Amino acid sequence: MKKFNKVVSAVMTSALALTMLAGCGSGAASGSDTFKIGAIGPLTGAAAAYGNAVVNGAQIAVDEINEAGGINGVKIEYKGEDDELNAEKSVNAYNTLKDWGMQILVGSTTSACSIAVSENTKADNMFQLTPSGSAEDCVKYDNVFRVCFSDPNQGIASAQYISDHNLATKVGIIYDSSDVYSSGIYQKFAQESEGKNYEIVSAEAYTQDNNTDFSVQLQKAKDAGADLVFLPIYYSDAALILTQANTMGYAPTFFGVDGMDGILTVENFDTSLAEGLMLLTPFAADATDDLTVNFVKKYNEKYGETPNQFAADAYDAVYIIKAAIEKSGVTPDMSVSDIGSKLSEAMTQIEASGLTSSKMTWEASGEPNKEPKAVVIKGGVYVSAE
Amino acid sequence: MSFLTYLINGLSLGSIYAIIALGYTMVYGIAKMLNFAHGDFIMVGCYIIFSVSAALSGNSVVGIIVAIVLCTLLGVTTEFVAYRPLRGAASPLAVLITAIGVSYLLENIALLIYGADIKSFSSVIKWEGVSFAGGQLKIQGVTIVTILVSVVILIALQLFINKTKQGQAMLAASEDKGAAALMGINVNRTIALTFAIGSALAAVAGALLCSAYPSLSPYTGAMPGIKAFVAAVLGGIGSIPGAMIGGLVLGIVEILSKTYISSQLSDAIVFGILVVVLLVKPTGILGKVVQEKV
Repeated sequence: MKKFNKVVSAVMTSALALTMLAGCGSGAASGSDTFKIGAIGPLTGAAAAYGNAVVNGAQIAVDEINEAGGINGVKIEYKGEDDELNAEKSVNAYNTLKDWGMQILVGSTTSACSIAVSENTKADNMFQLTPSGSAEDCVKYDNVFRVCFSDPNQGIASAQYISDHNLATKVGIIYDSSDVYSSGIYQKFAQESEGKNYEIVSAEAYTQDNNTDFSVQLQKAKDAGADLVFLPIYYSDAALILTQANTMGYAPTFFGVDGMDGILTVENFDTSLAEGLMLLTPFAADATDDLTVNFVKKYNEKYGETPNQFAADAYDAVYIIKAAIEKSGVTPDMSVSDIGSKLSEAMTQIEASGLTSSKMTWEASGEPNKEPKAVVIKGGVYVSAE
Repeated sequence: MSFLTYLINGLSLGSIYAIIALGYTMVYGIAKMLNFAHGDFIMVGCYIIFSVSAALSGNSVVGIIVAIVLCTLLGVTTEFVAYRPLRGAASPLAVLITAIGVSYLLENIALLIYGADIKSFSSVIKWEGVSFAGGQLKIQGVTIVTILVSVVILIALQLFINKTKQGQAMLAASEDKGAAALMGINVNRTIALTFAIGSALAAVAGALLCSAYPSLSPYTGAMPGIKAFVAAVLGGIGSIPGAMIGGLVLGIVEILSKTYISSQLSDAIVFGILVVVLLVKPTGILGKVVQEKV
């Protein structure tokens, strides 16, 4: 038995040594002739729809770029890893991708995972572009940028959209003061609304301990003559608000942000109540521009479903990376850290167009500047509001 | 005119609190225990109505009857399994903690069966309601039904307790369990009956709560349960008319403070009023001062 142990330990030791050698090997392999891009998202579990959309959306962009001859003639190698919506597993996924030789990260898909991974990308100075991590802290480091609007910036984007499209003259707001997402959007919306072509006539809060009776908030908006009610809240409370507005015979335009996405899936909810509801979202699959039509068709052929906003964000992310690589002139033989520094610098100089907006630019803080888009619910489905 | 609308909304909310508070106060008045799981009995009732109605393609009347029967059974079973063995326990805290445990148990079972996603509840009251002054003042059907139902329940309970033998037995048991037992009253059965009535009321309250505020989740009953407890204490816990008054006062104060003071602070104001009432009149609005005989 003792002998056997010795054999085992000998085998283990040599295996370990080999792994270490292999590790060195992949480190040196940054002198490879391809860009290695990794993506992280929840491919299984509760948020699997988000993660799969990101990994698949990026895959389509990578395939397109490789077919067209790569970036400056350099092909992309691409790999997606699962984090199960768990911050620790997201860091594990990052380490797995690093062992594989990743030089640039598209991810993570969700905010908490993205924040956790950014601690590691910061240490490695790896360039990180999160397609959909919307919490403010996701981009707190210099090497991290995002494609989507941050949570509070959705407030700014909503105010611009409502103003640009002349949707209202008097606006009521109902928000959740016990939730940082909702109150953050509300504050930015209120700031941005000053001097716009509409006026805020009522701004009423509720809390998660008091989210059954909205009669007062709705009545105040109604009495103040609001023709649009802005709802920077999640769809579960919004479903109740729409129902109560209907029973009291109040029918303004309701306008939500990304938390409203899902309202049509509430069990037993009368979706006709959501008719005409608008929500800010970067992507509508039914848009008729060539880029969207082409993307939706490819996605459908390859994965058998209609892509959502996460897929579009990830698709854009890969093209944004392409633009930054072209701008900075980085090559695959540079170290991860050098690539990171150069790409971060290039991000503030590029202007990218994609599915989620045309003419996107970035602040050094990592926040995007882009045109807000909205969809409206018609006949129980989302259609582009343009 | 809008003041009247707010007042009616307050009455509507208050009468739902009142029905829940009636269940609390019945159980407290007679069994001398706080059934903190009462709010979750409401949630169970709502899910039963939701499921039965869905299975019978929208027949909510059958749903309500099934919910009342099953909630009654649930109440009696909970009393038998979880509360009765602890009735003689040295500390009255034991049964209080058990009630909190039952509350979490029910919430988590609902979470397991139905998931955390909210469900939209179809109102059991199809009546649109009435409008006055050319549609400016609208009273919803569910509001009128809720107020009527709470009044009917109040009168029925008063008659039951004061006029029937079982009711008298309840009063006796609430005064002194030991003496009541010596007089030939089956105290255990009397308390079980109290739980049966309280839980049946929870099912009715659930139907009305979810009809007025049609969103159903495993935590639907939690906050209304706590508010109704406040209402019961405000009115004088143990007093049946007190629960009714406490519920209505609470509902109106909540809506009016939301309207005229702050929609964020309404809960703070409601609970603040509770503190003030308890400081000025510790037994609540209609509570009796019980002399401790030494």
